[in-house]
Amino acid sequence: MNCHEIHPLLHAYVDSELDLMPSLEVDRHLKSCAACAAMKRSLESLRANLRNADLAYRAPESLRAHIRQSVAAESEEETPRRTSRPWMWQLLALGSIGFAIVMLMLQPAGTSSSDRLADEAISDHVRSLMAGHLMDVVSTDQHTVKPWFNGKIDFAPEVKDFAAQGFPLVGGRLDYLEGQTVAALVYQRNKHTINAFVWPAKTATSIATIQERRGYTVINRDVNGLHYCIVSDLNGKELSEFADLFGK
Amino acid sequence: MSATDPQRQFEQVVVPHLDAAYNLARWLAGNDHDAEDIAQEASLRAFRFLSGFRGGNSRSWLLTIVRNTAYTWLKQNRPQAIVSIAEDELHEIEDPDALKNHSSALHHADRDVLRAALEALPTEFREVLILRELEGLSYKEISEVADAPIGTVMSRLARARKQLQDFLANKGELP
Repeated sequence: MNCHEIHPLLHAYVDSELDLMPSLEVDRHLKSCAACAAMKRSLESLRANLRNADLAYRAPESLRAHIRQSVAAESEEETPRRTSRPWMWQLLALGSIGFAIVMLMLQPAGTSSSDRLADEAISDHVRSLMAGHLMDVVSTDQHTVKPWFNGKIDFAPEVKDFAAQGFPLVGGRLDYLEGQTVAALVYQRNKHTINAFVWPAKTATSIATIQERRGYTVINRDVNGLHYCIVSDLNGKELSEFADLFGK
Repeated sequence: MSATDPQRQFEQVVVPHLDAAYNLARWLAGNDHDAEDIAQEASLRAFRFLSGFRGGNSRSWLLTIVRNTAYTWLKQNRPQAIVSIAEDELHEIEDPDALKNHSSALHHADRDVLRAALEALPTEFREVLILRELEGLSYKEISEVADAPIGTVMSRLARARKQLQDFLANKGELP
């Protein structure tokens, strides 16, 4: 090998990332070539300088404490309905079963769980706008956004740009809803941001529901085996228009 | 089923790498305050995505989340910090004479100068150096974290080192 062929290999050589055969070739060349040997030494000395200069930052204790706090807060938020109630509460619950039965007859089943989903989805939506992490992949091109999800989730969301209909696609990210990782597609309508959370549908219902909560509109809809939970501060009429675009 | 299970997993998978997470965030953000925000946000995301972690290299996994969080943050708050770099290959480093001169400069490079030199690098160059030299990641791990092919990692690493050597030489570190 000549110098020209050796140079591109030198970095991998000093990083011990070269396979055995090319590594032996570099060894042999360095013995006979002073210029390349000097180059190698200068790389090694740069590496040693970087390693020995104590350049790494360490996480402050306050940050560790803060992180543990928010993780604890988040687990509490996630799990109260799953934790077992104390004994007294169970008795109390038993006493109110009659009342519950009446309520169930008056109210369609599942309302409270859909409210909870709507609240959770609105929180995700608001958090996505606040914390500066609206998008992990920023692109108006559906062919960039769709492959980005590959390997990150175990289903393939339908990713389409609805710019022609006035709802341009601006990007996507992963989020967390109902105890699972979901795809979040981000669309824009004038100044309004729309989050479309997507995950595999659990039941086959084709009925779309629309809720207005805390100034936000939430639409839930199943299309082709996927559930879409769409959140925005956009008005219900326009958001319904948007929701109807999926599966067309 | 209990609230402590995910938290215990968090302690095992994420917490041991908080130093590495903060280090990467700090070098990408450039100051303590923003680095703490990014590390905090990334850790919380890691907690939420724990169910998606299939075992394997937990440090690379966490660093990938930190990097994504940091880049999203940079794009929104400091778009000028992310300059797209043309990935032309290695010919820039093929100047043995220049490198030979640099070798003497490096004996004198102290911590502050090295820090300034690293901070002057484009983000994509700085991150491969941090991951390689300070965190000791392999090319393959860097390629996962930086979401780039190994060939690109190698070329960025080579060009980053070259720029670092140039910077040190220009700072009058030559005797």
